[in-house]
Parts: sequence; C-alpha cells; structure tokens
Amino acid sequence: MNTMTLEATGMTAPAKPQTLENETVDSQIKVRETVGAPFCDNAKLKMRNVNVFYSETQAIHNVSLDIGRNEVVAMIGPSGCGKSTFLRCLNRMNDTIEGCRVEGDLTLDDEPIYGPKVDVVPLRARVGMVFQKPNPFPKSIYENVAYGPKIHGIASRRAELDEIVENSLRRAGLWSEVKDRLDKPGTGLSGGQQQRLCIARAIAVSPEVILMDEPCSALDPIATARIEELIDELRKNYTIAIVTHSMQQAARVSQRTAYFHLGHLVEVNDTETVFTNPQHELTEAYITGRFG
Amino acid sequence: MTDLTQAQVRERIEQRLGSRHRKEKLFRGLGIASIAFGVFAVLLLFTDIISKGSGAFVQTAVQLEITYDPAVLGIEEVNEESLTWANFTGVVREALRARFPDVSSRSEKRELNTLVSTGAPFTLRDRLQANPELLGKTETLWFAADDDVDTFVKSLDDSAEGFRGRTSDQMASWVQSLKESGQLEKRFNTTFFTNGDSREPEQAGIRAALVGSLLTLLVTLALSFPIGVAAAIYLEEYAPKNRWTDLIEVNINNLAAVPSIVFGLLGLAIFINFFELPRSAPLVGGLVLTLMTLPTIIISSRAALKSVPPSIREAAMGMGASRMQVVLHHVLPLAMPGMLTGAIIGMAQALGETAPLLMIGMVAFIVDVPGGITDPATVLPVQIFLWADSPERAFVERTSAAIMVLLSFLIVMNASAVLLRKKLERRW
Repeated sequence: MNTMTLEATGMTAPAKPQTLENETVDSQIKVRETVGAPFCDNAKLKMRNVNVFYSETQAIHNVSLDIGRNEVVAMIGPSGCGKSTFLRCLNRMNDTIEGCRVEGDLTLDDEPIYGPKVDVVPLRARVGMVFQKPNPFPKSIYENVAYGPKIHGIASRRAELDEIVENSLRRAGLWSEVKDRLDKPGTGLSGGQQQRLCIARAIAVSPEVILMDEPCSALDPIATARIEELIDELRKNYTIAIVTHSMQQAARVSQRTAYFHLGHLVEVNDTETVFTNPQHELTEAYITGRFG
Repeated sequence: MTDLTQAQVRERIEQRLGSRHRKEKLFRGLGIASIAFGVFAVLLLFTDIISKGSGAFVQTAVQLEITYDPAVLGIEEVNEESLTWANFTGVVREALRARFPDVSSRSEKRELNTLVSTGAPFTLRDRLQANPELLGKTETLWFAADDDVDTFVKSLDDSAEGFRGRTSDQMASWVQSLKESGQLEKRFNTTFFTNGDSREPEQAGIRAALVGSLLTLLVTLALSFPIGVAAAIYLEEYAPKNRWTDLIEVNINNLAAVPSIVFGLLGLAIFINFFELPRSAPLVGGLVLTLMTLPTIIISSRAALKSVPPSIREAAMGMGASRMQVVLHHVLPLAMPGMLTGAIIGMAQALGETAPLLMIGMVAFIVDVPGGITDPATVLPVQIFLWADSPERAFVERTSAAIMVLLSFLIVMNASAVLLRKKLERRW
C-alpha cells in the first residue's frame, strides 16, 4: 500500500496549469492523496489519519505516516504548511496551546500517545525535543544537562550524574569546548554551542525519539554543519524526526523525506527519490524552487 | 501621481527638516521640564519637612539638684510599695524652689512647677527603685523641660524675642537665668525614639507607632505575598481562559481601584464584629491591608509571569517536567524580580495607608509599645494624623519628624527590595 486517499476535495484531478506561479499553484492543485511510501515495516512511531485543529481552523488534514527505527525523517514544505504542528503532536507539545485539538491514532512502539490514561511526563522523557531557537535554561551548563536526569530521578548519585552529563556533552560534540566551564551559564555560549547544549540536554535522559524543529535556522553554516554531522551520528541510537526549511539539509541528513503542503502530506519517499524524481507536481514545484 | 525625480524628493525632505528638528527639541524639552518639575516638588517637600521637623530631634533639658529627702518623699521604711507611692513630685518642686529661692507667691510657685516636664517625677521613681541606696543623698540630674519652655527656647534661635505663646515673662526670666548658669541646654531627644505616644509633647515618641507599623506590615507581607503569588500562578499557568477567569480578572482589577476606607469597613464588619478579633491590633490591620494590597500583587505578579519567555517553558516541558516543576524550577525564579517589585509597591502603599486603619480602631490613643500582633497599636501615618491634630505647638515639629521617620522607613524598604531584586535578576 503505497498511496492512500486523503480528504476528498470535491474536485476532479486538476488540469496541469500552464504556468506555475506562486499565486496560482495553491488554488489550482488540490491534494487528494499522499503519494510515495508513507509506511515502513520497522516503524517506531505510527501516525494514522491525524487531524489537528486550532479552534475552528484545521491545520493538519488526515495525515498518515510511519517513522522507522534509527531513521532520520525530514519534513519539508513551505511556511505554515503544518510540519511543525505535526512534529509537536508526537510528544504532545500541542497540549499547551489553547484550543488545539488532535484527532487520529498516534502510537509509539504500538502504545498510544494520546488518550486519557497516557501521562505526558514519561512520554516526553521518551520523545525528546530540540527547538528552533536555542533555548538553554538560564542556569549553568552542567545544570542544563543534568536537569532532565534530575527531575526524572535517573541518577542516584552525584558521580552517576557527572557521568551522564559528560557522556551527553561528548555525544553532542560539545565536551571539549565546555569541560572547563561547566559552571558558567549556558546562555553565555555561542548560538551553535547553545543548540548543541540543547541537544545534549535532550539526550541526557536517553530518549528513544528526538524531534527537531528547524534546529539550524538560527545558526551559521559552520555551526549547521556540526549539527548535521551530529544528527548523522545520533541516528545509530535514536529515531529522529526533523523539520527543516533547507532542502539541502534534508537531502544531507535524512533517509526519508516528507513533503507537506497546506496541512496535507503530499509525498513521502526515500530522500533520494524525492529530490531526484518527485512524483507529485507540488513536490516538484517546491524542490525546484518555484514557490515556497 | 507623477513620478518625482530624486532631486525633487530631496528638496521636499529638506524643506521639512527644520520643523522636524524643532519638534524634536520641543519634545525633549517637555520631558526635561516634567522631570524638573518633579524634582522641584520633591525638593520643596523635603526642605519643608526637614526644616520643620529637625527641631524634634533635640529637646531642651534643665539641670536640677535633686535631694532624695525621706521626709519629703514620705518614706518611713524602704520597701517596694513606699518607693512606688512616694512623693517624687514634691522632690522635684523642692529642687526647683532651691534653685529659685526668691519665688514666694503661691501663683508663682505653681508656675515654677511647670518648668520641667510632668514626666520628671516618674524618672526619679525609676531611678530610686533601681538604686534604693540613693535615699537621703543628693545628685544632679537633667530633666526634659516642659513643651512650652522647649518651644520658647528653640524659638530664641530664630529671633531675640522668641515665640512666647503660653510662656509668661516670669518663666522667660527663669529660663534666661538657667541658661546663664549653664543649667539649661538642648540635648539629643532620645525620648522621641524610645517612648510611645503621650499627651505631653516632650514625652511623646514614635517608637510605638514604628513597631506597630512594622508588625502590621509583617502580617501584610506574610499573607499577601504568598496568596498573591499563588493566585497569579494559578490564573496565569493553570486556569483555562474562559468566561469565569475573565470575570475573576475584571474583579481583581476592580478591587485594585476600590477606595481603601471600604476595606476598613469590611475589616470592621468581618474581622472585628464577626470573628471577634481584638480591636486596634496589628493583626487586624495587617488583614485589612492584605485585602488592599492583594490586587496590586496579583496584577504585577501576572505581568511578571507573562514576561517570562515561552521558550523557557517549552524547553522545560519538552524535557518532561511536570507543570509544577516548570513553574517552580524555571518560571518562578525568572519572574521573582518582577513579583518583588509589585510586592514592594503594594507594601509601600500599605505603609502609608491611614483610612482603613481608622475604621478598625488603630486611631486609639495608645501609649505602650506593642509587644505582639494582638496588642493594641497604632501605625506611623495614623500617628502623624493624631499629632497633626493636637493643639500643642510642640507637636508641629514632632509631626514633621514622624513624617521623616516614615519616609526613611519607606526608603530603607525600597532600597532593600532593589538590592534583593538585583541579586535575583538573571539574564536569559
């Protein structure tokens, strides 16, 4: 099953537009189904028929997608297409937004993510998150990394905690830069270092999945390259879903790429296929830079 | 519209440049003028208060040779009772008569007796009770002069004539004589800082009101800060945004604007009439002021919570922190400086509040320094009100001095709050 029916729009398949200008694309092409391969055998996260509403507005339309184990899935698409909203469903960060409603079946290792009996605290410990803007706590570097293990009671002794902090910083590739100033505030680091600190903070609780919401959008190319190397490295141990505006980044770090458009999941495929041989015309229009 | 050439555009911009600069200058000038007016008003206030009130920190004292004559005192055997009830007034009178032996007529004698404070015999009683071996001996002591004498002596600095008021020519000549012999001088007025209120200005002090204010504010702070912060946290972090919370918010804003005397009446009806708490007590005063300061603290605490960047909340929540952990570990430390600012504004308001305290009986004439929050007490602004209302001329300077004490209290409080805030402030 490679394709599935999405929301019926009541329109027949559109005729190919003569010109693909920014204004005409959205109104002329209606997404009816996801093309490509949204499902995989070794799924860590399974999402089926997900709809997300902000009060009355629907932000996500009937999206179904699998994210496999030890796989990096990139989510791309123009601004406001719902990729961040979708990402935030996976660890229920949308719960904090007033009027946000999520429908559909979402499971992590076949256990439901939503539901009256699900506690978000252990869920968020299993599904970590790195945000668009580096947001270290206004505390020391050590405290930043040690915060998760502390609140979840992971480390029982100080030595154990020290070890977790060191390992996390090492994996985030930050240890050598900060090992002499662990007691200095995390907010005093450079932007790229701050983002790696946030990654270290996220992996300190050994999550199974890491969600990254445009982690490099506030960073310079050198810092971006470091984070990308890091993502590739982290893939061995974690499942990663990354939202990005940079198609080059998606091509570099991900195994599969999902293209979102106005709340619809248009196309999912191997990253290479998406970028070399897109099957949907919207995907093609986007990756060739005709809009977005 | 026609297209303008670059030269035309530049010309138009330059035409308006002069008036733009003038407006800029005017705008800045208005700001400076406002600040100048504010500074002028503050300076005027301070010079007036300090020039009027500084006199209260000195007190005219008269030196007398006191003989503890058992015959005059009427002490036959030394015990506690005889020492308490002995005729100390007689001893003071004897000492005055010994100093001015040529006073003979009855009316003159009576007048002479008013030279020193009516508190003098009590000073002697305390001395003799502490040292009974003084009985039969003679010692030289300084006594506070009567307030009329004090006023007269202080006014001599301003003019040679001096302000007479109720002081007779006779009294003036005695004062002159004492002055010449060095038995009359102005000393630092410790009484003002150690005594409670009194009908006699020379015996009246600020201490009772100061302690009363302190106790009342402690009660207010202990109640209003935790309640206010807890309410703000619930409304800001937990409560859903619906009609009920809107209603609560409107009501909190309304409460902030309710005249304070209404809170006083409420306190009278609820705390004193219904719960039968003691009247005139700092406990009730603190409760009433809590009602009054709560809206201020809630509103400013909510503003402080709102100003914490949402990215910090998201970061903590993304780590799996529970709501309480997010608030206690991250939001509260960052909001604390703002909350403290609100609390200190509320406390400053409470410190200066008079009207609601009149309603709950803190206006009573209370001489003793309160020892606890249930003792009858008065507070600084009420004390100022009471003294300003008193007919004795010597209370004028004491009123201003009390204002100085109140303002110093305020400055100390604000300064410590600023220091505390500086210490807690963190950048993000």
